[in-house]
Amino acid sequence: MHEMSIAQGILDIVLKTAAEHNAVKISCIKLLIGQMTQVEPESLKFGFAALAANTIADSAVVDITIIPLVGKCNSCGQQFTVERYSFLCPLCHSANILVVSGRELAVDYLEVE
Amino acid sequence: MQIKVMTNILERNDQVAAALQERFKKAGILVINLLGSPGCGKTSLLEKTIKALKETLSIAVIEGDLFTAKDAERIEEHGVPVVQINTGGGCHLDANMIHDVLDCLDLGVLDMIVIENVGNLVCPAEFNIGEDCKVTVLSITEGDDKPLKYPLIFKQASAVILNKVDLLPYTNFDLKAAEKDITAIHPGVTLLPVSCQTGEGLEVWFNWLIKQVQIKKGKESK
Ligand SMILES: [Zn+2]
Repeated sequence: MHEMSIAQGILDIVLKTAAEHNAVKISCIKLLIGQMTQVEPESLKFGFAALAANTIADSAVVDITIIPLVGKCNSCGQQFTVERYSFLCPLCHSANILVVSGRELAVDYLEVE
Repeated sequence: MQIKVMTNILERNDQVAAALQERFKKAGILVINLLGSPGCGKTSLLEKTIKALKETLSIAVIEGDLFTAKDAERIEEHGVPVVQINTGGGCHLDANMIHDVLDCLDLGVLDMIVIENVGNLVCPAEFNIGEDCKVTVLSITEGDDKPLKYPLIFKQASAVILNKVDLLPYTNFDLKAAEKDITAIHPGVTLLPVSCQTGEGLEVWFNWLIKQVQIKKGKESK
């Protein structure tokens, strides 16, 4: 359950950010989670709720956006959605692929009062 | 009120990992993060490696385990420094845990540290611990469906060891299919079929390690 470590990371970030803005309550936390991460959204929400008890984030809604896995071919420039984790260019079969998105693990924004 | 944050959740871990990496770089030590399921043969591979290379390289081991020191005791018998980290149920090592035990090792005399991570194909892939490279061990008995099920740990690895190839005739493991999936996930990855039981393929692995140490020490170019 590494979601617990990740939930702790989120809590640290949101409490610090809220304090910097003198917020008294965090109502919503928007997360960006890449498709190619090993994070289970439900475990993450569960872990976060447990850790956030008795903090100003204890009733915060955790809203997760899953970012699709997208690659870009460095040989021909083709951008494509990576299917079945095959990092080969569908156009020119090059293996020189840049991961454009899908590895995100970030707090995007907060809604606070 | 909406506050834009856009902060990487693992940022703090990554900062500690970067500091560790700097320390290892200064000391010229190659650090391997050894990953794989429970029972895939990480400790056996480590024992064979120490036996073969301890005269050539000065090696230390950091053993991550949920609760026990069983693997550390096995390694200790080979006469190399071992540090045990018990995660107490935690499913992976993080950079802070490595930072906290590093003073137990004499970095001035070492060529290589192998960190045997907690047996798990999922969580350790997300946490950098200051390593130069991740090496993932997959054993034949686990099945050839694992790479597509747990792609990240294969994508992040510099080398993938396919262990227990002596058991291929007794399983329905499709070596060609597994190699094809792993290569699609990570084109250019070093694939090393080995058997810790018969010794098959181990020489190639030892040479790969020695080469990585030489690259780290700047004695050989990539
Ligand atoms: Zn292309």
